Amino acid sequence: MTSAKSAAATNAYWSRTAIWPGIVAIGPMLPGTLAFGMAFGALCAQKGFSLAEVEVMMLVVYGGLSQFVAVQAWPDQLTASAVAALALLTLTVNIRFALMSASLQSWFGSLPPWQSYPSMLLVTDGGWLAATRYRDRGGADAWYFVGGGIVLYLVWAVASIPGYLLAEQLSDPRKYGVDLAMPAFYAAMLVPAWKGPRRAIPWLVSGSVALVVYWLVAGWWFIIAGAISGAISAGLMDDDATSASDPAHG
Amino acid sequence: MAEMLRSDVMLAFAVMTAVTVAARLGGFWLMGYVTVTPRVRRMLDALPGSIIVAAALPVAINGGPVVVFAILAAIVATVVFRNDFIAVIVGMTVAALARACGFG
Repeated sequence: MTSAKSAAATNAYWSRTAIWPGIVAIGPMLPGTLAFGMAFGALCAQKGFSLAEVEVMMLVVYGGLSQFVAVQAWPDQLTASAVAALALLTLTVNIRFALMSASLQSWFGSLPPWQSYPSMLLVTDGGWLAATRYRDRGGADAWYFVGGGIVLYLVWAVASIPGYLLAEQLSDPRKYGVDLAMPAFYAAMLVPAWKGPRRAIPWLVSGSVALVVYWLVAGWWFIIAGAISGAISAGLMDDDATSASDPAHG
Repeated sequence: MAEMLRSDVMLAFAVMTAVTVAARLGGFWLMGYVTVTPRVRRMLDALPGSIIVAAALPVAINGGPVVVFAILAAIVATVVFRNDFIAVIVGMTVAALARACGFG
């Protein structure tokens, strides 16, 4: 199969030349990450967390949306059932990372596990999207993803500190359009991903299912339900000449 | 002075971290056992766009006209400038201005 051949030809490797391009690629994410982190720090200050606690959460949980959702729903008493509820909430928001890391298997799977698994800890929306686009162009340098991922991680960790200290001024992130940072980046990513209406059918399926689940089921299951539906619909579609076409730079 | 690191809060963070790490590593691990047939290949190819649409569309529609308009502005900016950075700034600015003018 051509797909197997091209996968073998583009095994992952480490070359420092991709570090800077990888950082440049996540550059558009930085203002949004900074703003989102600051807004999160402000929220935590209002909820009575210490700055040390906030930093621990930023560094170990490292899932912006899940942290935001969890802190907003933070219980007064951390009983066993309250912690279980937080775990379930976190799972529903972050299970999309499983899909993202699954899609990176065809790239990072050729690396030894002690390199590939730590790399997967850096999976975020922005880092993964930028890496996916690089991969679509035929890129295989692991540093592209890891270098950008480390920078995103550091910016995220630092961003909450001014937010925490300036909590009063930043109490309403919507005023600065911070809530648009991620959706706008997503929208920007869809434009180059557009490869004709036929290839967009899974998007339509995904969006429709996500909307229905969003309205019918509480929580964040709509993301995973929509994404899986979209992927399955793509799998069910007959192969045609266009879907087999690759950038073919290899 | 409140405790710097409350132990019950740390425990909750640990549980959240375990769940998140499991998601990040689990998908990668599982996929190692899947044979990539052309059908699986098509599913994986469709995944990025599907995740984007599934995550953003309900939030955008729920966000009301200002959010929808700001996202459309970001898409137009991407088409015109071919630059993600400008797209994000345009999206945020449009939303902030619209809200400052009393919309949304």
